Amino acid sequence: MSAWRYALRRLGFYLIAAWAALTLNFFIPRMMPGDPATSMFARFKGKLQPEALDALREAFGLVEGPLWEQYLMYLKHVAQGEFGISVAYFPAPVESVILTGMGWTLLLAGMAVVISFTLGTVLGALAAWKRRTWIDGILPPAFVLLGAFPYFWLAMVALYVFGFVLGVAPLRHAYDDTLDPGFTWAFISSVVQHAILPALTIVAATVGGWLLSMRNTMIGVLGEDYVTVAQAKGLSRARVFFRYAVRNALLPNVTGFGMALGFVISGSLLTEIVFSYPGQGYLLIQAVRTQDYPLMQGLFLMITLAVLAANWFVDLAYMWLDPRTGSEVGA
Amino acid sequence: MMKKIWRDKKARVGVIILGVFAFLALLGPWLVVDPSDMVATPLQPPHVAHLFGTTGQGQDVFAQTVVGTRTTLVVGFIVGIVVTGFGALVGAAAGYFGGWIDDLLSLLINVFLVIPGLPLAVVIAAYLPAGPTTIALVLIFTGWAWNARVLRAQTLALRQKDFVLAAIISGERHITIICREILPNMSSLIVSCFIGATVYAIGAQVGLEFLGLGDVSVVTWGTNLYWASNDAALLTGSWWTFVPTGFCVAMVGFALVMINNAIDEISNPRLQSEHTWATVLGRAGLRFDRRATAVMRSHG
Repeated sequence: MSAWRYALRRLGFYLIAAWAALTLNFFIPRMMPGDPATSMFARFKGKLQPEALDALREAFGLVEGPLWEQYLMYLKHVAQGEFGISVAYFPAPVESVILTGMGWTLLLAGMAVVISFTLGTVLGALAAWKRRTWIDGILPPAFVLLGAFPYFWLAMVALYVFGFVLGVAPLRHAYDDTLDPGFTWAFISSVVQHAILPALTIVAATVGGWLLSMRNTMIGVLGEDYVTVAQAKGLSRARVFFRYAVRNALLPNVTGFGMALGFVISGSLLTEIVFSYPGQGYLLIQAVRTQDYPLMQGLFLMITLAVLAANWFVDLAYMWLDPRTGSEVGA
Repeated sequence: MMKKIWRDKKARVGVIILGVFAFLALLGPWLVVDPSDMVATPLQPPHVAHLFGTTGQGQDVFAQTVVGTRTTLVVGFIVGIVVTGFGALVGAAAGYFGGWIDDLLSLLINVFLVIPGLPLAVVIAAYLPAGPTTIALVLIFTGWAWNARVLRAQTLALRQKDFVLAAIISGERHITIICREILPNMSSLIVSCFIGATVYAIGAQVGLEFLGLGDVSVVTWGTNLYWASNDAALLTGSWWTFVPTGFCVAMVGFALVMINNAIDEISNPRLQSEHTWATVLGRAGLRFDRRATAVMRSHG
């Protein structure tokens, strides 16, 4: 099997996962007690013209007729990028509401995840290399303890200490309200200023996981014969560390990266809420507070699709990292 | 096993912390004032009468923290048990039967792993009546896949062992082989999965309740944080309304992880042989250097 077939097979898997998410999204409201779909539409009564209401029903596949017909109708609308109308941001369509927050979430969560993964991997490799020294004695337990705090709680404490008591960080939002968005120095520095604290709390909460998994794989790799041989040959410590140990230990960690992405994103959504950061997490809490089911479901779909896409890129990166991927030997 | 865990210093700390919280969960509600009663002026910082201060509604934060322990831990442990049981069932079936059963179950496991849990949990929980039962159901639905994956991998390895092959040849029924031969032989991994799942369940539960998806009239750690944020704890500078609860969540999580690590050290022969060597060498007054003991290794 060639590498490209591997890439395509992974893509096939993500398409199945996307279809599963779509299907869950369709059936969840229909399986719930008390017919929430109807009560959802009751909330629109008086707000919407009857024709608009009918269009909305159609967007959700809530038309007369057998279930499979509703299902097809729903798939058709999702394929056209129509997710219905938001209750909280009435009368904006859900897809445009979600788009306003997408960039901020990608910026914040994306940056934080990359920093956290890099930092955790480096520290984990060091901890394994320096086993039974102070690095390995202090770092892992310290980060385990830090990782045990709920993300959003760390965010609350960070916001309280740095924003409220010390006053060195902005209290809310993604940029200074007085500035106009644009490629100006003032705006960009304001964005960075607003992103630092939330990003740091996400990094602090997640770095321990990468650190521990890298440390544990490293310990396994360091026990392998080829590492012993490399040391016996008298190769420099740096060479053994990077070329022999880290490169091999990195592989399972990259796989874990894809797996954990959904989890990390979930946590960063909660962090956004604490910082009133105008991303997907903030929209999610608005949706929960106003029982805006269309927005909630649209967010679930969009976040899932983003995570699936990110996972596919991780797979491509893995292919590049490990030349054996897809070959018979490496399988 | 229990003795070995107790001998491990870090694990002992974990067991003690967990014991304290178990005690609070069991007897806490009888030891403090009613956590929902308005007992004093709202938003008072900690002082002698109210150790952790009061909330925005004049409730005693200490009482809320203590009483919140019960529901939080019970939901956490129940979800942990169910998630592990279900994961073991699916994982063992996939790994044992192989073929199309494995293909199908693995696909299901991987799909559930890759779909982000929180947004899915929010969508489901929003449609159900709020309360601890809903939270538990939602967390089970979104959280079972990880354990299934881990236990499937282990089953695959055990499947090739002689004692399993012998059982198959001697004509044992599949269910007997899974329950008598395979599951008992990965009991330490199952325990570790259970601990991991419980940590996940407590964290996710607190997160969902913080979002306001729990029953906000039930006192749990999650709803405590929900109310803290709802009463603008940050803007009024009342840190005492959210700090104690967060610490409790972290202490329980930390204790569980410490116990988990100890189980790992005990059941992983590679880590253990090093440990033994370090002890032996240490007694002889020598420093342990892992590069010098390349011979002490147990493969497979």
